[in-house]
Amino acid sequence: MATATKTSTNGKDTRRLIMGNEAVALGAIAAGCDFYAGYPITPATEILEEMARVLPRRGGVFLQMEDELSAMAAIIGAAWGGATAMTATSGPGFSLMQENLGYAAITQTPCVIVDSQRGGPSTGLPTLPSQGDAMQARFGTHGDRPALVITASSVRGCYDATVLAFKLAKRHRMPVVLLFDAVISHMREPVEIPPPPPPPVRNFPALAEGDPRFGDAPFVPFGYGPIAVVTGLSHGGDGLAETRRGVQTEAMIIDSISKLDQDPEIRAEWTGDYRLDDADVAIVAYGITARAAREAVDQLRERGVAAGLLDLRILWPFAHQRLREVAAKSKTIVVPELNLGQMVMPVRAAVEGAAKVYQLNRADGTLLTPEDIAAFAISVQGGQDA
Amino acid sequence: MPKLGLDIDQYLRTEVLPTVWCPGCGNGNIVEGIGTAFQRIGLDPEKVVVVGGIGCSGRTPFYVRTNAMHTTHGRALAYATGLKMANPELTVVVTMGDGDALAIGGNHFIHAARRNIDLTAIVYNNGIYGMTGGQEAPTTPVGSRTTTSLHGAVERTFDTVELALAAGASYVARTTTFDMQEIPLRIEEALRHKGFSVVEVLTQCPTYYGRLNRIGDPSDMLIWEREHTADEPVTLLSREEMVGPLRTGVFRNNEDPEYIEVYREMCAAQGGSYAAS
Repeated sequence: MATATKTSTNGKDTRRLIMGNEAVALGAIAAGCDFYAGYPITPATEILEEMARVLPRRGGVFLQMEDELSAMAAIIGAAWGGATAMTATSGPGFSLMQENLGYAAITQTPCVIVDSQRGGPSTGLPTLPSQGDAMQARFGTHGDRPALVITASSVRGCYDATVLAFKLAKRHRMPVVLLFDAVISHMREPVEIPPPPPPPVRNFPALAEGDPRFGDAPFVPFGYGPIAVVTGLSHGGDGLAETRRGVQTEAMIIDSISKLDQDPEIRAEWTGDYRLDDADVAIVAYGITARAAREAVDQLRERGVAAGLLDLRILWPFAHQRLREVAAKSKTIVVPELNLGQMVMPVRAAVEGAAKVYQLNRADGTLLTPEDIAAFAISVQGGQDA
Repeated sequence: MPKLGLDIDQYLRTEVLPTVWCPGCGNGNIVEGIGTAFQRIGLDPEKVVVVGGIGCSGRTPFYVRTNAMHTTHGRALAYATGLKMANPELTVVVTMGDGDALAIGGNHFIHAARRNIDLTAIVYNNGIYGMTGGQEAPTTPVGSRTTTSLHGAVERTFDTVELALAAGASYVARTTTFDMQEIPLRIEEALRHKGFSVVEVLTQCPTYYGRLNRIGDPSDMLIWEREHTADEPVTLLSREEMVGPLRTGVFRNNEDPEYIEVYREMCAAQGGSYAAS
């Protein structure tokens, strides 16, 4: 977990007090984002407002669209126009984006989508936090696809996660989802943020007529190479539809999924450990709940319980192997979440009975506190099944 | 690549033919009109993107030898808006059916028109959902039979031209597949126009609309088109009563401020250099 550092080249505190949503906007600019399309929604609106303020000054594009369906569609169109594009929303808007998110996946379009989660379902709890979209971020669109979903538990973490999201979106040619929540998005912390770089210069690999455009091919937008065919229909490397059997598309999707698991940067950033080496009780958490869990670990240690934290910084692809390693050492696993039990499902699947898994859930818009998590960890230590 | 021997072969992706369209369908005439307009202007295929939605008309991008983007149902204009803003040097043409543009995509249609962004939207209006087998569309004439209005359509009919005009499109025209010479003419005007252009083309669906309404074969449907339209571009806004045939022609062609130019000025005022390349 990245923490704020107090640097002082001239003895002055250069940190800025900003909220998570501002950190996302700053991270996007730092990563070369030059196109934003969005629609107002609490608690993500400040990202929209910040991008509306900053992008025109940099010659970038800011578009307030008529809804989230069109915001998602516009960033995909923009990527194919050569832009580095993003949108941000919350649960209701994220639900609306799902069909076009699937289009971004099957057309291998790099783009970044922020979902600042709020209580759901439906309009739910607009100003209160939730982690209810963990599964939607993975399985929300119809069909199978590779998924990259990144979380954060601090304001600086929002910035770093955003920079990473753009990098991975480009490298893997896919939509990347940043999964935050109402508290992280609106929380203010002092952070050191580097000055923004100059506006990005577009640069794409040269392609010859007839070169493949999908699968392993590099992403080259319209107008930067030979003519291209892009479709949401199952297609081969040339982009032309294969409607009788989806053999080539299936192969490309399987290949993308396996490439994510092999990416050294994903492997490095996958999880964050805190006091986990000798832990009997491993708390597996992510986002705002990981922040509370970290504090719970300290409280448990003070009370003589050898606890540790596994922070799922990259939620999807899921860190199966890491979970198996943790389960081999810590025989008790606690999964606190602000939902009725979502990421506990892949945790159980990965652990396969090697450790007892206990879930602590809350979906009323209230955060789980360090005390809640510590007390729950102590209560399950006796070993009774949850 | 195989040749059809047409003047516009260079703008057709002939290797993917035949099309998915039924014999007698009017969509091929519209594709020919698009190719002809491209050729008359001399567009570079690498600098053109044809964006389609979902449905019969949405397949157009596959048949035009330019960049092609076959998107999701109803959202073609939203994709095209992002694309055009990201690279305004591209000529972006959007092909949609009546259901695609006016039912599922109605919201994007009115907002693209409101922005007056420099896109050419071609609405293939056959009055029915063809790809899914002949269901009622918002453009189905009252009383017509479809598989979801077997007793005659009772919902009122959307008028593409009225909607486009009211929403702020700066070029609006309507023609029909009977008027073969006029299709490329209108598309060329729309392409040359700076702003949001709408060309509605009434096109025949003999398989569903024609059969369910007992109009006859494709040539009978073309005659039906002629009999139900009149080349007199007056609208509901300027007529006392909406009676008689559907009017065709150019309903608006003005120089309202175009969105990309307005956006560029706004950036410049803030010190930003938009699409400077």
